[in-house]
Amino acid sequence: MDPLSPADTAVVRRIVTEHKGRPGPLLEVLHAIQARMGFVPAGAVPVVADELNLSRAEVHGVVTFYHYFRSARPGKHTVSLCQAEACQSMGAEALAAHARRRLGIDFHQTTADGEISLEPIYCLGNCACSPAALVDGRLYGRLTPEGFDALVADSTSS
Amino acid sequence: MSATLYVPIDAGALSIGAGEVAAAITAEAARRHAPLTLVRNGSRGAYWLEPMVEVATPEGRVAYGPVAPRDVPSLFAADFLAGGAHPLSLGPTDSIPWLKGQQRLTFERVGIVDPASASDYVKHGGYQGLERALALAPGEVVQAVTASGLRGRGGAAFPTGIKWKTVLEQTAVQKYVTCNADEGDSGTFADRMLMEGDPFTLIEGMTIAAVAVGASAGFIYLRAEYPHALAALRTAIAAAYSAGYLGADVAGSGKRFDLEVRVGAGAYICGEETSMLESLEGRRGEVRVRPPLPAIKGLFGQPTIVNNVVTLASIPWILAHGAEAYANFGMGKSRGTLPIQLAGNIRRGGLVERAFGLTLRELLYDYGGGTATGKPIRAVQVGGPLGAYIPPSQFDTAVDYEALAGIGALLGHGGVVVFDDTVDMARMARYAMEFCAIESCGKCTPCRIGSTRGVEVIDRIIAGVDAEHNVQLLEELCELMVQGSLCGLGGMAPFPVQSALKHFREDFRARH
Repeated sequence: MDPLSPADTAVVRRIVTEHKGRPGPLLEVLHAIQARMGFVPAGAVPVVADELNLSRAEVHGVVTFYHYFRSARPGKHTVSLCQAEACQSMGAEALAAHARRRLGIDFHQTTADGEISLEPIYCLGNCACSPAALVDGRLYGRLTPEGFDALVADSTSS
Repeated sequence: MSATLYVPIDAGALSIGAGEVAAAITAEAARRHAPLTLVRNGSRGAYWLEPMVEVATPEGRVAYGPVAPRDVPSLFAADFLAGGAHPLSLGPTDSIPWLKGQQRLTFERVGIVDPASASDYVKHGGYQGLERALALAPGEVVQAVTASGLRGRGGAAFPTGIKWKTVLEQTAVQKYVTCNADEGDSGTFADRMLMEGDPFTLIEGMTIAAVAVGASAGFIYLRAEYPHALAALRTAIAAAYSAGYLGADVAGSGKRFDLEVRVGAGAYICGEETSMLESLEGRRGEVRVRPPLPAIKGLFGQPTIVNNVVTLASIPWILAHGAEAYANFGMGKSRGTLPIQLAGNIRRGGLVERAFGLTLRELLYDYGGGTATGKPIRAVQVGGPLGAYIPPSQFDTAVDYEALAGIGALLGHGGVVVFDDTVDMARMARYAMEFCAIESCGKCTPCRIGSTRGVEVIDRIIAGVDAEHNVQLLEELCELMVQGSLCGLGGMAPFPVQSALKHFREDFRARH
């Protein structure tokens, strides 16, 4: 594990200080770190543990329990494809296969140029407009393979 | 005179272009120097008509849809701001047959009000329930909820009034009201629609709960997959504080109620109430062993109400109109209405709020219009990823807790996912086990190990390895998980598998 740089350590300490007084603050702290840094670096774990008077194991345990928290830096854009039943009924598996082929990566991977991370997600609550995807926080419905290609082209050109 | 237009800000509508339509309307209006007020409302729930644009006319709202940005100039040319005729015209919104037959109580304001405005909420009957609750003794509020027959809409269907009574009877310095907004079931979006389209109803429902049991703090535990709902809730909570409906002196009653949203982190298990409480406390979302019940020892060890979004959002209507009025809807032990979500491979999908008792057939064909692909329906899954698959021979079953339990199914949170005849039910059974393996919290062995073994056994069946023996093994494994798991995840994940084995046995064979 690489320790955080002094600058990043200061950022993490400041985030923890902001949330420290609230009841049960750990998830809030981790959300704030990920929002700021894009992921929760392993080096942040001892800093958070120290500030919140928790063990490193407790903090590591929480980071790794939740699918949403990432321990590695993601690509510039994150494409999450819904793989749950409603989307499956409208071709989510074929869409995922297309996405893998098009990007040359599997789920939980990032393209070699660092542009796009591909993730599975289990329900976006858009089940009457399946299949659904979330791209950099933006929701898409009735997504076709052609629509997917257009999204990727838009994302990487912006 | 300035026209008033409504274009939904609902995430589902946005996902198919409502944002672009709103932008196109604003641009075209500016080009034509046509003054207009654009309200970003929730969705009416008719997703096959989204993006649906509504125009206020003296005779009520008139709808157009589904609108694409390229339709906007012709809509202006047809004078749609005055309700003019156009190929996309749907007529008065309230006369659209799909909407007209619904019985909207909990969703009465969704798609009608401006979700960001406390004053618009009040103008449409909001906060009458709280006013009524504040005039009653706490025990009387709880009694009204009990008398309404309301049962937990998250899926467990436990009588809400009884839960509240337990919390009311506890003596504690601090009690909590928590809202389970971790709507993770595939095929469900009622919570999301309500939080985005009428968040004040949820806030009011939680405030009434707090008044009823003597709680001064509340949390909404919202899933991370719902960024639009998060924004809507934060805006509405801030507005409720400004208007004096939250904080130290709720509506001038002298009672304190503080409310905040906490965001989950992509763990399906956190929809289980004790796991949700662990997560709210900042820990791994591992299930707690019950007893003690959360109503006695819940959040931070204090007496806590845990209710689903739709449950809490039904409370204001019950208080405002009376328990009896609510209980007059429904059948048997399922009283009131249920917002049903029609999802997946369906032609006219969306939200249908009706009294309990509608049959699946009416829902799938009268409302849904059959599949989107035009092929016959082969199966529907009711109640999310832990719900049973139901074959067409059982489509005359009523949507009712007991009726569905009677055929070995469950209603859950009211999601209905439709599959056409291309579905491979052995693969759907495999997915149920795979999902359980991904989402298991790991605390108990039947769920943690059983789900992984379940995937392996189904893989062997599909590969044609000793199929007869492995099907029997799968049945035994399902039984073990049902009997031996600590909570509903491992205990119910076998339901889709068992129902697939029962009704679609022919799919459990080798693939070539």
